[in-house]
Amino acid sequence: MLLQRLSLGLITLFVVSLIIFLGVSLLPGDAAQAMLGQSATPETVAALRKQMGLDQPGYIRYFTWLGGILQGDFGVSISNKREIAELLGTRFSNTIFLAVFAAIIAVPLALALGIMAALHRNSIYDRSVNVITLSSISTPEFFVAYILILFISVKAGWFPSLANVSPDTPFVERLSKCFLPALTLTLVVVAHMMRMTRAAIINLLASPYIEMAALKGIRKLRIITRHALPNAWAPIINVIVLNLAYLIVGVVVVEVVFVYPGLGQLLVDSVQRRDLPVVQACCLIFAATYVLLNLTADILSILTNPRLLHPK
Amino acid sequence: MTDTKSNPESADAMPPPPRRNESQVTVALRELRKAPLSAKIGLLIIVTYIFVAIFAPAIAPYGESEIVGPQFDLWSDTNLLGTDHLGRDMLTRLIYGARNTVGIALITTLLAFVLGGTCGILAAVFSGWIDQLLSRVVDVLMAIPSLIFAMLLLTIFGTSIVNLVLIIGILDSTRVFRIARAVSLNVVVMDFIESARLRGEGFAWITMREVLPNIMPPLVAEFGLRFCFVFLTISALSFLGLGIQPPTADWGSMVRDTSTLITYGDITPLLPAAAIAILTIGVNFVVDWFLHKTSGLKEEH
Amino acid sequence: MSTNSQEVLLEMRGLKIEGFSEEQWHQIVKGVDITLHKGEVLGLIGESGAGKSTIGIAAMGYAKPGCRINGGSIKFDGIELTTASEEQKRKLRGARIAYVAQSAAASFNPAHKLIDQFAETVIEHGVGSREQAYKDAKELYKRIRMPDPDQIGFRYPHQVSGGQLQRAMTAMALSCRPDLIIFDEPTTALDVTTQIEVLVTIRDIVEQFNTAAIYITHDLAVVAQMADRIKVLRYGETVEDADTRTMLSAPTQDYTKSLWAVRSFRKEVKAPPPEPTPLIKVENVTATYARGLLPVLYNVDFEINRGHTVAVVGESGSGKSTTARVITGLLPPQEGKVYCDGEELPRDYHRRTKDQLRQAQMIYQSADTAVNPRHKIRDIIGRPLSFYLGLEGDAKDRRLRELMDMIEMDADQFLDRLPSELSGGQKQRICIARALAAEPSFIICDEVTSALDQLVAEGILKLLDRLQQELNLAYMFITHDLATVRAIADEVIVMLQGRIVEQGPKEEIFSPPHHEYTELLLSSVPEMDPDWMDRVLEERRAKGGITAAGN
Repeated sequence: MLLQRLSLGLITLFVVSLIIFLGVSLLPGDAAQAMLGQSATPETVAALRKQMGLDQPGYIRYFTWLGGILQGDFGVSISNKREIAELLGTRFSNTIFLAVFAAIIAVPLALALGIMAALHRNSIYDRSVNVITLSSISTPEFFVAYILILFISVKAGWFPSLANVSPDTPFVERLSKCFLPALTLTLVVVAHMMRMTRAAIINLLASPYIEMAALKGIRKLRIITRHALPNAWAPIINVIVLNLAYLIVGVVVVEVVFVYPGLGQLLVDSVQRRDLPVVQACCLIFAATYVLLNLTADILSILTNPRLLHPK
Repeated sequence: MTDTKSNPESADAMPPPPRRNESQVTVALRELRKAPLSAKIGLLIIVTYIFVAIFAPAIAPYGESEIVGPQFDLWSDTNLLGTDHLGRDMLTRLIYGARNTVGIALITTLLAFVLGGTCGILAAVFSGWIDQLLSRVVDVLMAIPSLIFAMLLLTIFGTSIVNLVLIIGILDSTRVFRIARAVSLNVVVMDFIESARLRGEGFAWITMREVLPNIMPPLVAEFGLRFCFVFLTISALSFLGLGIQPPTADWGSMVRDTSTLITYGDITPLLPAAAIAILTIGVNFVVDWFLHKTSGLKEEH
Repeated sequence: MSTNSQEVLLEMRGLKIEGFSEEQWHQIVKGVDITLHKGEVLGLIGESGAGKSTIGIAAMGYAKPGCRINGGSIKFDGIELTTASEEQKRKLRGARIAYVAQSAAASFNPAHKLIDQFAETVIEHGVGSREQAYKDAKELYKRIRMPDPDQIGFRYPHQVSGGQLQRAMTAMALSCRPDLIIFDEPTTALDVTTQIEVLVTIRDIVEQFNTAAIYITHDLAVVAQMADRIKVLRYGETVEDADTRTMLSAPTQDYTKSLWAVRSFRKEVKAPPPEPTPLIKVENVTATYARGLLPVLYNVDFEINRGHTVAVVGESGSGKSTTARVITGLLPPQEGKVYCDGEELPRDYHRRTKDQLRQAQMIYQSADTAVNPRHKIRDIIGRPLSFYLGLEGDAKDRRLRELMDMIEMDADQFLDRLPSELSGGQKQRICIARALAAEPSFIICDEVTSALDQLVAEGILKLLDRLQQELNLAYMFITHDLATVRAIADEVIVMLQGRIVEQGPKEEIFSPPHHEYTELLLSSVPEMDPDWMDRVLEERRAKGGITAAGN
């Protein structure tokens, strides 16, 4: 079961890399043409093509590319001729920093609010939370971001609206600069996560064994901790991981709004410049993170399922 | 046979409840009156947007790309909401945006539904290798976050509205596929489908007459949700400069174009963003109510 | 049965409970009185919608989600439960009043071992320590003759079979030696041979510990074994209340009498003599669900003659429904053939002609899922008419009306309705009409009465019997219920684990000597006689063969 899921994850990663590679080769012309521009002579294009290994058959290029990536070599950017790995390094850690920052606020908050809503189902609290979160998930990230900038940064002046961190920004200053982007992500993701938590808990509380526990005269607190919780791990982990994956996508827009030097910003810039090797590399990293998160979720829910933990 | 007359005590002899001779419109209106406030607000929002989208040229004070004043002009009598970075009237572009942004999102969602819905039902009804094949393809496509995937594809194929509609439509059809397949599978295992198969019915009858009517409510709800998702994705792409391209008036790009104003405390960039948010909130409110209505019986158990 | 005292343990007066559905409150229980003495077993019996489970669980001061108690009083040993605090009620639940649910598989928490769930109640109510509870659990498991009583408690619920789980739940109910146990249809989901084991366990326990009990069931024969007193309920009201023997021998109310009479239906007309070519012939069929898996049917071989009813009996997993799937062509057999009227049928239904498909029709257990909820009755019955017979317009309408007459339903009233507006029995009649519309010679009836209340089920059986005589139909009747077999079969096939263990005319099968398994099956079906269970146990003990609690 576990091995099956693990190998499936690896296969998915492999196929994803293949798609990203193949997608790029669909492009009219190729990277050499793109780097030299329309005015280049056919001879110079051919020379560069040879230098970049573009004259070799597709599958050899794919394995060379994949092999390079596995050793941390992502190739060279077309627009500024720099090593892509160099560009990615700090930006990737910046993005992770922002996502983790947001997750640290969002996960406990969303779980607490969601469980509360499930336990007090159909109360005023539950209903108003439903309307608020519904509105929140319907809102584009940039809307939330600009509202926060307007009120917290421009009007109140508490936090900066630009998150232009650099590798030598001190930690405390980094936190303050990242506060608004992290808050934006939190607001967007909490709503999602809370609704999913609520649904999962309500589903769980409707199980006959929860009613049975109540009819055995077990205290409410103990019903939650002993009877609901051990069976709730799988759905809760699922909710958390799905939303972390969601964070990774949401991060792109937020980074652009706050001019935060992360992977998303780099991706958007490169798409505009049609700098394919960089786009390829960024997409691969985003996709790989996403695949790995989903894999983790599945493995954790297999590991916490009592039926699978104690086979017949 | 000991006793041929049917038993008067049995439930079979009970007369059915009186029939309601009402048209569907009457029923819909009654349901609407009972609807919660949020759903009514949602419907009002949707109707308003449709109205604005249809009559945009009549309502808008200026032409869609007409330059009517200086750049970033303040709110005034001639330009109620000021002008944008090229000196075009904000209000006019907001109104045309209803047409463009919403229209493109709607077409994309329809594409996603036709494609994903058909494949999903197909996979459920045929099962076997067709189901395996389609499901694996969808698994792989869904393994890449759709916004990222869309950006990759837009880089490759270039940013045009047709490409945008095709790319988002196809990527989003994977989610429709999952839903359509799942709800169809619930129906396909029912005895009445087996009964139809054993009668010798063909694929067309089974899909159109037996399965489809039973999966309409969840699919309609899903259409609302998917529309919101597509709408937000396209807006995000436009905001990033990768979606709907100038000079077409579009809310996502309008936010981007005027975003510098926010640092001066001007709320103009929030207006198109709010236009996006309000519509999705409206649709979500209606869908929420609809879901509650159609699954109301389930919740009792 | 148990020793009664005159001391009242539970007293309900004018109990009213309402439930919320379709956006309004409906009265489910409309003023019911119950008096239960210490050590007494009360059987609550009624059809679906009688409110019996709702009343039973109300004895714990509990209302299911979406329900509320809105009138009357519930007094347990002097404590008024309708006004008691949650904490007061919590202290009673599990300790002094325990509950045994219908589905033990769903009611045991999958995350904990059986014995820990047993001990939990003991510890929570301060009755004893974990060690004491473990010791007690093992003793109880031994007492109810669970296999491997010292170790079985350390298993997780999904590692134990259904019948054993139900017995473990009964043991758990006893953990604090309550004064009252509510048994909510505890054997409904079980096969007959397992049911008797659970019944024996429950009765032993109630007697040994002199516990009072409320036993809820829709099965009269079961309640006859278990209860000192029976209360018949209908639509949330009491119909009749008397001690078991009086109730069985001399019911006073018409409704009770009709309930009691249900099992008296017997097909009387003899089937016509067999013709030289049997209508359906199943020849040496072996079938499996997927290549490489073990077969689910082994060398199944039988014939069905025109106008005859062949009942296929067996417990879950015996292969009786699989046999039907092979005949209809849904499951092409690995080996063997199926003939219809001497002509070999293609193995796969896809390759059968329209006429071959038309000849064999099917009626399902659950009429709810057998008709498309979005189609009107007119379209449900009308489709085979146009599909097979090409009937349209007036001719189709005339035929529709004839068919509605045949199933004793009013065409004007029902044709334009949706299935959701009909009762369960009415829907099953619609399914019968749909089968008849194809003008078949053979109908497979797959557990057609088991989802219905007994009175309604009997109506369906009578209808099927009458149609058989009028149209000379052959039936293959798949059922686990031997009472149904007795009522309608001409021939009987007994199946066990994919094999036919015995087959022949009904009289032969039902009279000794039996095959060993048929014997077990027959003797496990409860009868409407309060002494039935004692007699069976006595016989089995005398034979020294299969003991009640053995597996």
